[in-house]
Amino acid sequence: MSYIVFFIASIGAIAGAIGVIALRNPFYSVLSLVGHLLCLAALFMLLRAEFLAASQVIIYAGGVMVLYVFVVAYIGQSEESLGASHGWLRVLTPLFVGVLLVELMIATLGSGLKAIGTKGADISPSFGSPAGIGEALLTTYLFPFEAASLLLLVAVIGAVGLARRREGFTVGDTPLKAGEIPAVPPRGSGTMAEAAGDRPVAGFRGGDRS
Amino acid sequence: MSIAWYLAVSVIIFSIGAAGVLTKRNALVILLCLELMLNASNLALIAFSRMWGNTDGQIFAIIVMVVAACEVTVGLGLIVAIFRRGLPEDADQLSELRG
Repeated sequence: MSYIVFFIASIGAIAGAIGVIALRNPFYSVLSLVGHLLCLAALFMLLRAEFLAASQVIIYAGGVMVLYVFVVAYIGQSEESLGASHGWLRVLTPLFVGVLLVELMIATLGSGLKAIGTKGADISPSFGSPAGIGEALLTTYLFPFEAASLLLLVAVIGAVGLARRREGFTVGDTPLKAGEIPAVPPRGSGTMAEAAGDRPVAGFRGGDRS
Repeated sequence: MSIAWYLAVSVIIFSIGAAGVLTKRNALVILLCLELMLNASNLALIAFSRMWGNTDGQIFAIIVMVVAACEVTVGLGLIVAIFRRGLPEDADQLSELRG
């Protein structure tokens, strides 16, 4: 049974990965990555990492991929030409990837670890459970846990700084001075419809250009 | 199913991701390929965790997921900022990252 699930899931994962780089439309690439992530979650489940499989589905396939779909829909679908732009890159990439594949295969499968050909060590029923992972995160790995939360905070602040409104409000093409900005922004400003330019706010325009 | 099979799958996915990062020109698709590589490393970490019967590898995988989420946040923020300034999405034409 586990053999069947493994082969189905790994074939799905590899096919999804190939789909990401083979499909021309970025939107289909994102959908292919969602399939890849779901198959990968099945592999995690086979490796008895239940909590990670669940968080993979919820965080990646649920959260991160929604963000990707959102951005693809926002910036529009640009058909991109397949293949590298430079001639030498087109020649060199298959060579480099082939060397990388062989080298990593040697590094992992030929590592001389005796347990690599086995199904793995005997494990307790609580292996990979939320309780076990939570205990490890909050005792042994408390510092990485806190560092990860700090990293998330930095990333959020950075994203806000990147995406913030640069110029404030403008009337026509003349930007408003600091004193002229109304205390209550006009209705509809700051919404996604305004950012996408579909429905300009009457009289006001968000400072999208610089 | 022996651990070696999982590692082989992980290596194949990592190589596919590396190929995508090298050949793709759309910045968004390059980010997607980075996700592929990070997920391949996650699979290897979890396979080794299962091999030793130790939860520590899964903790590493969680940290990798956090880093991937941060990378997505900042990367997509950059792409949106690039789009709003009317710059090309082509990574080859974005060689000068000045505002």
